[in-house]
Amino acid sequence: MKKKTVIPIGPYHPLLEEPEFFILYVDGETVVDMDVRIGYNHRAIEKIVESKTWDQDTFVVERICGICSTSHPFAYVQAVEDVAGIEAPPRAQYIRTIIAELERIHSHLLWVGLAGHFIGYNTVFMWAWKCRETILDISEKLTGNRNHYAMFKPGGVRRDFNDEQIEYALKRIEEVWKPNELITNAILDDPVMHARLKGVGVLSTEDAIAYSVVGPTARGSNLDWDVRRDHPYGAYDKVKWDVCVQPDGDVFSKAVVRLLENFESVKIIRQCLENLPDGPIDAELSEVPPGEGIGIHEAPRGEVFHYVRSDGSNMPYRHKVRAPTFMNLPSFKASCIGEEIADVALITASIDPCYCCTERVGVVDKSGNRSTLKEADLIKLSQEKTELIRKKLGK
Amino acid sequence: MSLKMKAFKKSIWVYHVACSPCNNCDIEILDLLTPRFDVERFGILLVGSPRHADALLVTGMVNRLSKPRLIEVYLQTPRPRVVFAFGSCGISTGIFAGGYNTEGPVDKVIHEVDPEGVIVYVPGCPPRPEAMIDAIVKALKAI
Repeated sequence: MKKKTVIPIGPYHPLLEEPEFFILYVDGETVVDMDVRIGYNHRAIEKIVESKTWDQDTFVVERICGICSTSHPFAYVQAVEDVAGIEAPPRAQYIRTIIAELERIHSHLLWVGLAGHFIGYNTVFMWAWKCRETILDISEKLTGNRNHYAMFKPGGVRRDFNDEQIEYALKRIEEVWKPNELITNAILDDPVMHARLKGVGVLSTEDAIAYSVVGPTARGSNLDWDVRRDHPYGAYDKVKWDVCVQPDGDVFSKAVVRLLENFESVKIIRQCLENLPDGPIDAELSEVPPGEGIGIHEAPRGEVFHYVRSDGSNMPYRHKVRAPTFMNLPSFKASCIGEEIADVALITASIDPCYCCTERVGVVDKSGNRSTLKEADLIKLSQEKTELIRKKLGK
Repeated sequence: MSLKMKAFKKSIWVYHVACSPCNNCDIEILDLLTPRFDVERFGILLVGSPRHADALLVTGMVNRLSKPRLIEVYLQTPRPRVVFAFGSCGISTGIFAGGYNTEGPVDKVIHEVDPEGVIVYVPGCPPRPEAMIDAIVKALKAI
């Protein structure tokens, strides 16, 4: 057997924003196998959640990930509302949707910028992040913080919008359209981008189904899945928008899906702000009866799933999070092998991995040695989990 | 002021160490590089190796796996060096206090290997980019 060269990347590598550790097995320039070690970001969140009250937990789940700081609370509050059998008032639903979509735009622009940086187009990085500042300004005006909005609470939202804020947001959101159009056209027209991104890291539709990928990774592989449309929550069934799907499964498709989704998000925000219903913003959650509840939300990276179990006390008995990257991560195996080393960073980036969200997969054995689940285990686990979720959703 | 300190304060190069953060301080740090804030105009540059860096930007509450790595990175940074502990998690472990995997805060870990280590605390969840720039300016004045 030919000797394989092993290239470690990480855990602290200038290319990576978050600590993670890839092991590439290469033959010449071609990657023949790949492994990932995670756990550098494990913060024991699920256990900490069990030691805090229902209301406090919203802040903990918000800090699962700074980029998805709406997605996790959105799914969590829905899970708690599911247990308690209450529903947030319409105004709260609209406000939630607005915040969630603002987050989607900023997350996608962030990704586009980083992807541009990875392939050596620092201009794209600067432009995308400059455009992203507009979204952060709107978030700050509406919620009081640039990230970590602290808007969600079981039963509703914490803060209401006044007319001045709505007017400001409506005005500023239009500023996002043009730069986003510019970036989209630049990427669609540029022959270098086509050469660099097309046909790279292809995840076929069959593989995408087999690995149960979610979010833009799935929609880039010609799978028409979107929780916002398939299981409507918030105000998503009350506004007009489209699910963006691309057929090829390569890095280019995934980039296009994200860029096009930004336009849809702007449309959703605009409609929600214009048709914001009057009324209360909080359904006053008084107690959480014993039982189980689930909450789902289409995060920028894909479907995020929260499960809570209550024993009737003021704290959750069990809280389980399944983050989108947990599903998307193993698809490296299908999309990276056989590619050149130079493309690996881009392909791994193309699923927009978020390790902060995912870091609950490490296991500690009895002797106290830390081991990490292997790829095969990850896939098995994720497939089992999908099965479980399917059953729960009655699909 | 020694020549070394003068050179150190002229143009500070930073290395970003993410010790199990929630990503938020990290994206705000990246934000510093982009057109709105653009810290490169002050000579602050994000570098790819701790051996080139004057300062470490540490985010997060430092878990068991990242603690030995943080110490290693710190020891690789040439003197004079300064550590910036960003965010509530960095300065006090914040909301993650009491978790089974929490080894932080940053100053505790750094002082274990270097009791003289200079730590700059930047509070906020996440700190605003302006606060980060302010922290760097204040730190350079104080040193």
